[in-house]
Amino acid sequence: MEEAVSLELTPDEAARITREQREDKAAKSKNLLEVKNLSTHFFTPDGVVHAVDDVTFELGYGETLGLVGESGCGKSVTALSLTRLVPNPPGRIVSGSVVFDGVDLLKLSDEGMRKLRGKEIGFIFQDPLTSLNPTLTIGYQIAESIRQHMGLSKKAAYDRVVGLLDKVGIPRARDRLGDYPHQFSGGMRQRVMIAIALSCDPKLILADEPTTALDVTIQAQILELISVLSDEFGTAVLLITHDLGIAAGMCDRVNVMYAGRIVETGGVDVIFERPRMPYAWGLLDSLPRLDDVRSDRLRTIEGLPPLLINVPDACRFNPRCAYARDECRDHEPGLTLREEPGHYARCWATDKGGWIP
Amino acid sequence: MTAATERAAPAAASGNGHDLVEVKNLKVYFPIRAGIFKTVKGTVKAVDDITFEVRRGETLGLVGESGCGKSTTGRALIRLREPTAGTVMFDGVELMSLKTGPLRRLRRRMQIIFQDPYGSLDPRMTVGSIISEPLETHNLAKGPAKRERVAELLKMVGLDPSYVNRYPHEFSGGQRQRIGVARALAVEPEFIVCDEPISALDVSIQAQVLNLLTDLRDRLGLTYLFIAHDLSVVKHISDRVAVMYLGKIVEIGPPDTIYAAPGHPYTRALLSAVPVPDPVSERRRRRVILTGDVPSPANPPSGCRFHTRCWLYEQLGKPENCRTIDPPLREIGPDQKAACHYAEDSVKSDVGVAHIDEKTVRHGTPEAALRVAHKSTAEIIGEIPEGDIDTALIPSIEDVPPTADSGSANEDTKPN
Repeated sequence: MEEAVSLELTPDEAARITREQREDKAAKSKNLLEVKNLSTHFFTPDGVVHAVDDVTFELGYGETLGLVGESGCGKSVTALSLTRLVPNPPGRIVSGSVVFDGVDLLKLSDEGMRKLRGKEIGFIFQDPLTSLNPTLTIGYQIAESIRQHMGLSKKAAYDRVVGLLDKVGIPRARDRLGDYPHQFSGGMRQRVMIAIALSCDPKLILADEPTTALDVTIQAQILELISVLSDEFGTAVLLITHDLGIAAGMCDRVNVMYAGRIVETGGVDVIFERPRMPYAWGLLDSLPRLDDVRSDRLRTIEGLPPLLINVPDACRFNPRCAYARDECRDHEPGLTLREEPGHYARCWATDKGGWIP
Repeated sequence: MTAATERAAPAAASGNGHDLVEVKNLKVYFPIRAGIFKTVKGTVKAVDDITFEVRRGETLGLVGESGCGKSTTGRALIRLREPTAGTVMFDGVELMSLKTGPLRRLRRRMQIIFQDPYGSLDPRMTVGSIISEPLETHNLAKGPAKRERVAELLKMVGLDPSYVNRYPHEFSGGQRQRIGVARALAVEPEFIVCDEPISALDVSIQAQVLNLLTDLRDRLGLTYLFIAHDLSVVKHISDRVAVMYLGKIVEIGPPDTIYAAPGHPYTRALLSAVPVPDPVSERRRRRVILTGDVPSPANPPSGCRFHTRCWLYEQLGKPENCRTIDPPLREIGPDQKAACHYAEDSVKSDVGVAHIDEKTVRHGTPEAALRVAHKSTAEIIGEIPEGDIDTALIPSIEDVPPTADSGSANEDTKPN
């Protein structure tokens, strides 16, 4: 991690290692997290906002699942709903179930939920400066959850903190326990957040745009750290991002969200190579990318995402879709299985009998 | 050859005499004050002795990490920031010694588009007054002519002219950025500093604004300094790219060479860190992990500023001149300059760019779908709901005929 050049793998080796990891993960078939028909609505004076609407997905042990989409599509609210952190009022989980490691979180007591958060489920948020308490030392903040959840003594907890800070690549860890968040740079603060997330050996990490506030070289460091550590600890990661490049590099599977719905889900290769939902095409097309031959114009998705108040029974993407027909305006398509196992898309046009082969 | 390089070719060929902006030894230092008497305890060298030119009609992309001095450079170029030293020539006129009056008249020819579409528009002004303010400042139009011009500008950036009495909060981020573009275009500038104009926008909206900026550039013959931290965006829009690190330009050249055979190890490290939306390339990637953070510009490292994080320095066994001699920006290929003692070694390696192989066919919309879309385009355009302005007007930007007014005005601003 800390040498100037690392990961000098040949492409073949890299491909083999990833494949082995994938097979290894596939072998453990039971799911860590099963979300069924989850709906979270916000009750506002203007009407009911269907922020998350009938979302179903699962996440295996040690797997990394990406949740991608634009702002307002419901990815963050999904993550908050899983841990019952949706601000209420105005928000409320109106239906569904979230089974985490055999326990339905939505039926758990508040006390039980508190014991789970930070222990079984770790969090990494977008902005480390606002998620850390500026008036407490970082040593205290990391030790806090360790002492709370693992019942360690102060001394033992601080020893564990030093080990964690070493792991996340903070030099001279023991000397920095007494430092405050403002004494760290953005990248270092995010490392502290990762240390907190990993502090109690969680089974799942919710990473909500963990690198959006960081520069690209620091982003690379942090992503590397997340993927190395989650492999080492066997932690599953739910990675929320708007950056398709990050999803392509980090995830085993990807859920594409649009307007509160999952509109396409599948393995990372199929999502990026043969997506079957026009919104996914639009996202991939509208991105200027490094490996592109330069051209003057990008194909764009015209228009704006819909407001999620009083959503009609229609494909939510149809006003912006170049392929929409009357069917799309009359009924909303369901998520249907496509050619590869595990690949589902929500689109009339590309479904069996649709008008796009 | 792409349309972009064709467009840039005449500008590139015309050589030094036709540079629109020439920057020589520009320095912008900020004092660090401390104590009750606010005495100067040190200086932050935000921009430290940079020399480059912006050629007429080109788009120069300026990339770097936060704090590298790219925004400060952009602002110093139009004298929104007073430089500590150095000269900026705009179309042959020395900007730094200009008095207020002549400077204001010259400012008509250079404008800026800001990053934050929320902070850069006065929430208490209507769209009409925001856009017409520069017209009044420069006495360009009054009364009905002014109203006409505002309507024309709104149309030009793809907004409905009937929106003139609305306030900024009634618009989405992308639409606000269009208002910012219209305000910049109001005075018919030749040169626009685009300071991270799409960073605050969502992916699908970014593409709309990028297309708008390229369309306007091609139609009005604008010159851009395009500041961004996203290397993919800069590659897309720029005719030349300059990479900054800690207040210095470390590499400058056309994107085709900068992205394929970078001469500076920092450029390679940056490229290696950019995620590519293709799982296959991502698996092939060999990242150059840069250790630690960017050093403080108040106390930059001696010699080459990058040597504390440089992978090539390590690989070559820590040569002494990297620590002692600050490498000048020097020619290393056709139109390509890099500031590295060992640029030749860097060019030869494939570090950082191995995962980027240009594809003419990208993943995304399948061919079958494109054929379907082509057939039904007419039908779709006929169906666009009223009020959905982004949808309705953007595809037809090219169709808006340049009015007699804007046509002649453009000729006026052409240099003699």
